[in-house]
Amino acid sequence: MAIRLKEQSAKPERLASGHRFCAGCAEPIIIRQILNAIDEPVVVGAATGCTEIATSMYPTTAWRVPWIHSAFENVASTIAGAESMYRSLVRQGKMPDKNIRFVAIGGDGATYDIGLQWLSGALERGHRFIYICLDNEAYMNTGIQRSSATPLGASTTTSPAGEVRPGKQQWRKPLTEIIAAHHIPYVAQASPSNWRDLMEKARKAAAADGPSFINVLSDCNRGWRHSTETSIEVTRLAVETCYWPLYEVENNVWKVNYKPREKKPVEEWLKTQGRFRHLFQPQFRSVIDQIQANVDREWEILLKKSEG
Amino acid sequence: MVMATKVALDGAHAVSEAMRQIDPDVVAAYPITPQTAVVQRFSQFVADGRVNTEFVAVESEHAAMSACVGAAAAGGRVMTATAANGLALMWEMLYIAASMRLPIVMPVVNRALSGPLNIHCDHSDSMGARDAGWIQLYSETAQEAYDNTIQAIRIAEHADLKLPVMVMQDGFITGHGVERVEVADDKDVREFIGKYAPEHSLLDIDNPKTFGAWDMYDYYFEHKRQQTDAFSKAMPIITAVGKEFGSRFGRNYGIFDAFEMDDAEMAIIVLSSTAGTCRTVVRDMRKQGVKIGMLKLRVFRPFPAAELARALSRVRAVAVLDRSISFGAHEGAGPIFMELCSALFAAGSDAKVVDYIFGLGGRDIFPQHIEQVVHDLKEIASSGKVKSQVSYLGLRE
Repeated sequence: MAIRLKEQSAKPERLASGHRFCAGCAEPIIIRQILNAIDEPVVVGAATGCTEIATSMYPTTAWRVPWIHSAFENVASTIAGAESMYRSLVRQGKMPDKNIRFVAIGGDGATYDIGLQWLSGALERGHRFIYICLDNEAYMNTGIQRSSATPLGASTTTSPAGEVRPGKQQWRKPLTEIIAAHHIPYVAQASPSNWRDLMEKARKAAAADGPSFINVLSDCNRGWRHSTETSIEVTRLAVETCYWPLYEVENNVWKVNYKPREKKPVEEWLKTQGRFRHLFQPQFRSVIDQIQANVDREWEILLKKSEG
Repeated sequence: MVMATKVALDGAHAVSEAMRQIDPDVVAAYPITPQTAVVQRFSQFVADGRVNTEFVAVESEHAAMSACVGAAAAGGRVMTATAANGLALMWEMLYIAASMRLPIVMPVVNRALSGPLNIHCDHSDSMGARDAGWIQLYSETAQEAYDNTIQAIRIAEHADLKLPVMVMQDGFITGHGVERVEVADDKDVREFIGKYAPEHSLLDIDNPKTFGAWDMYDYYFEHKRQQTDAFSKAMPIITAVGKEFGSRFGRNYGIFDAFEMDDAEMAIIVLSSTAGTCRTVVRDMRKQGVKIGMLKLRVFRPFPAAELARALSRVRAVAVLDRSISFGAHEGAGPIFMELCSALFAAGSDAKVVDYIFGLGGRDIFPQHIEQVVHDLKEIASSGKVKSQVSYLGLRE
């Protein structure tokens, strides 16, 4: 499973340059890290969203691997259909076994919200595919609307900070745990800042004999409101504050992959982003305490799960 | 000599029997009344090893069509089946499957769309999907549902079309009604449908292709033109496949079925099982010297406008029987009426056309209803006057 940089850097790119992602977007970084880590041939599916529109504008394509998009909510079913066809044709001797891996990519809108049923169904049926959630914590493609992945206090265009409301009023859905509750072979949470960890997880997901899922925090400087060159630093701070812990659930065994030597206050992460700026006004300051309390509580629960 | 076995089958089982013989590479389906028997029976074929199909028991109809899209793009034969609300839940994916030019075949057991909830037959489900880009074949009997399902494979996969096909039958009336069905020999069916060789496959890792690209104003319009062009090529292909089917299996299929039309001065246009009731009435009326005929439409998409105008060129009064309403249309007419009026207007016909809405939510239709229609037609034909453009049969008012 070890990732050797020298070997990895010699592999051909599966997502070509010249795509239309915004400067500083974490998504193509994550996709390239994951597809680089998987040694087998891949077929990739994408939900409607930033990844899809930035890579497939007809008559061009940034994909050097077979790729499919059909709609927003259903990338899990679409890739499950392709995977079923592959199994059928190989079993019937209509095509040779080419050891193909099927990868589905969806944003948090496509995964936490509109596509959760489609994903849950595909996981229950046990299709062998790798689902990658690129969680940028809102509907960024359509202009920063809140999703169930948006954290408490974040200002989005449908949960704006105003005179009386400090942005989004709810915490976030514990999606990685919901997926882990499906008891599939491999579930993980990762960040592009910790690239070796992410790439090893991609490799484990590809090796899993069944469905696998990786939830990756995907910085969006347009929505999170920070300069384009700090994306990786911002995601690193999310890990260092334990806002976005790196962990995996391998065959139902929980393991925290990274424990910060010194757990930083979440405020340090919040202050890097304009979407939380209003929280530093005196009347909304208490929201920061609530966020900290949520982060602390979830971290403690996670540590207990991984110790048990 | 083609071998066939005569079996007592209901329409749903007849279709699942066709599916067994077609032996698709992938079937992704979700059960819904009155289609359930199709999926259940097919699941049993899978369980008994009588098909090679990878059966994907999805969690919704939207997922069914989504999985069909992924599977068809991956280069094999793909089928599903549905009805009513299930078809409605697929709506988004019906358009996507058609636009991606994926030759998926889907039996539909017609049922009224909610609300209110109703599980019985009308055509609101498939008529609602008439502009989704699918070829639509309607079946009068279980035999026709079986035959149409087999032909649909050939039509869908034709190199000039690459269009998905829906094969309709009436829920409960045909779907649950047991009839004598001639089931052809497996070998003959397989020879007739042949092997499927797609032009592109998602599984071709050596020649990677992008499926379902983002398509803006500089190309989308041309792609829609290609799609509509494919429909304009469909009619001769459907006819040729019907003819070939007839020469092989002894049952001929055209675009529509004309009954007593040669010297008809009046005509009834109808879809599916109600054609049987109409045929009885037409036969009786002919005995009384009434010059009435019937056209049973088999192909609704593409709509056979020129062919119908030709068939009706000597007719003075036409009654359309619509088993669904296009809400807000001219006097609340149904879709067949609107299509037929456009066709006759374009052909310069001066025939009088009236519409009868009937059978919504499974309301029975009896011969006396059709007799009333013929009575109205006689008045229209003799007076040249239409009292009511759109009427209702079997409705309490």
